[in-house]
Amino acid sequence: MIEVMNLTKKFNGFTAVDHVSFDVKKSEVFGLLGPNGAGKTTIIRMLSTLTRPTEGTARIGGYDIVKDDNNVRKLIGLLSEKMIMYDRLTAKENLRFFGKLYNIPKTLLNQRIDELLGLVQLSKWKDSKVGTFSTGMRQRMNVIRALLNMPKVLFLDEPTLGLDPQSTVEVREFIQKINRENKTTIILTTHMMNEADLLCDRIGIIDHGKIDTLDTPTNLKKLVSGDDTTVLKLEIPNLTKKMVTALQSLKCVNSVSQENASHIKIHATGDEAFDTIIDAVRAENAKINSIENLQPTLEDVFLHITGREVRDKADKKIPVREHGHFRPKRRVR
Amino acid sequence: MGAKNMISHSFRIAWKDLLELFRNRLGLVLLILMPIFMMTMVGFIYPSETSISNVSIALVNEDEGFGNYSASSTFIMALETDNDNTSMMTLTDASNLDDIRDLIQTGDAEGGIIISSDFTSNLMSGKQGTITIVTDQSNPQMSAMIQAVLQEVFEQMGTRLAQQNVQGLGVDENTSLAVVKPYNVQATGAVEGKFSYFDFIAPGIMAMTVMMSVMTGLPAAISQEREVGTLDGMMVAPISRLAVILGKTLAQMARGILQGVLILVLAVTLFGVTVHGNILLVFALLLLGVFSFVGLGVVLTSFAKDQETAVMLMMTLMFPMMFLSGVFFPIEQMPWFMQSISKVLPLTYVADALRKVMVLGADIPALTTELSVLIVFGVVMTAIAVPVFKRAMTR
Repeated sequence: MIEVMNLTKKFNGFTAVDHVSFDVKKSEVFGLLGPNGAGKTTIIRMLSTLTRPTEGTARIGGYDIVKDDNNVRKLIGLLSEKMIMYDRLTAKENLRFFGKLYNIPKTLLNQRIDELLGLVQLSKWKDSKVGTFSTGMRQRMNVIRALLNMPKVLFLDEPTLGLDPQSTVEVREFIQKINRENKTTIILTTHMMNEADLLCDRIGIIDHGKIDTLDTPTNLKKLVSGDDTTVLKLEIPNLTKKMVTALQSLKCVNSVSQENASHIKIHATGDEAFDTIIDAVRAENAKINSIENLQPTLEDVFLHITGREVRDKADKKIPVREHGHFRPKRRVR
Repeated sequence: MGAKNMISHSFRIAWKDLLELFRNRLGLVLLILMPIFMMTMVGFIYPSETSISNVSIALVNEDEGFGNYSASSTFIMALETDNDNTSMMTLTDASNLDDIRDLIQTGDAEGGIIISSDFTSNLMSGKQGTITIVTDQSNPQMSAMIQAVLQEVFEQMGTRLAQQNVQGLGVDENTSLAVVKPYNVQATGAVEGKFSYFDFIAPGIMAMTVMMSVMTGLPAAISQEREVGTLDGMMVAPISRLAVILGKTLAQMARGILQGVLILVLAVTLFGVTVHGNILLVFALLLLGVFSFVGLGVVLTSFAKDQETAVMLMMTLMFPMMFLSGVFFPIEQMPWFMQSISKVLPLTYVADALRKVMVLGADIPALTTELSVLIVFGVVMTAIAVPVFKRAMTR
């Protein structure tokens, strides 16, 4: 569906994206994971025809993003980092305006707007001005705006940035739903490891404008641990010798070490290890206070690959000037 | 993507912009207040007539008379009678020139009249009687006006006196005026009716407001959308980039024309300006003016990276344009180099053409120069602006 070939973008000598190539299959969720300033947004902007590549190109649905930009635009939807909504217009007016730009016939457009508003539980607010909406509501509006033209490819740039946990969950579930039901191909950027892990089929880890590693979340994690080892730390207040012995006798368990009166650490192998261990403990009538999964996370993967922590550069965005577009200073109400 | 699509998209964008504008109450109020302020200010600051009223004038009578006859008291009496009819000034007595100076310094008088000590004796012995007008140099405009008005008053009084004198020599009452003042000078305009400075300035202000509206509005509107991020929403849709410029321009144009109409209505109702030409031609000229300006606005938008810079850029350009395009002052008054700058500014031609239509009732054939300059300017600027804008948008 998407073929990216040597995509490069330079701003005044600064290379924001450096010869990036990757393919995205139809109805796949592809994640670009990396710190702020790594070049994720620039890649999205080039793919969505908003920025012209300095070098290289990409094809979306067979159309070249530079030569055939208008055909590309018909296929794509963009959820930008910024809110693409006019505060002084109502929810419906906003959606109708953007829908009309896609030449969607009036009746079909109205029907689709009602559907989409219903899908994100905003029907009640359809005639309220977007300026009065909460951040969560605005982001939901932003998401459905990107879906107005029923895009085959959806670009999501930091879709949950700045949202509270509840809205974050809602937006993530919605993204999964769109992917599942409409078979929409999705490219999303994030700097949140758990988000990438949860949503993406494949992840490209990007840093300094280059894709360092590209694989499925599971495989990426294996990079660190080497095999499918599970390391669990359990807190069991009524811990007995019998429980430890029972655990040790399990096939998948490699070793059980008791750290103190209530804490044990278990090393195990295999996909089913986690379930087997929990079942065994429950069978001994153990009361589990807490479980800590010491399985490698994407954070470990990222550290392993880039040699530093993701949040290191969190405050250091590329200077706005070099980015070619602007961060909102304030919202006009 | 057909032209029809582009037009319909640009109308969408224009409609959206106007909807936003009308939802912005404060902005709307300011939009209406601006031309009102502009008009009332300019209208009242620049006097519409050359007359004064109730100006306090200090009067010094130093005349010593001749025997028991005093020509000055007859003169003052005549002056007071004149003044009673017109109430141009309030006369206060003063003792000498120094006294007048003090009164002017304290602000109690705005000018003075001194009748010389040998006034009567000079008149009696066949010489001229001297009257001195004292003016306040710190207020040149006022002093020039007082001087002009007083001179005219004294001139009239002198003429009346001369008429009486020649009648005494046996000249017929009806012919006496012809003897004293053989030339009757009259001034008349190219078009009938009373004209004031305001008639000169109203078309210019109209042109300026509309241009300013578009020139500041367009860059501000586009860069604001770029800053907030909503421009991406339009750019990512399969629409012509031209539709974005066109739509934005249409909205700004509607805004500008609204202000223009407001100015016209105020000028006609409040300041008695009459439109002598075709009103449709006035609006056609305004539209053509906007067309000639839009390209420039778009180029500047492409260069200015944020709203603040865009507005500052426009302001820097607007100010010289305001003064150099003959809106407030006739171009002919300026030195040659400023006149040549003035000749490359489109506003000069819009203001000029509007003035010709509104004041002189000119028709299209009379406006060939202005029209062709504006069209050429517009075409050239648009030809530059469109590719520049396209490039800037996909930086």
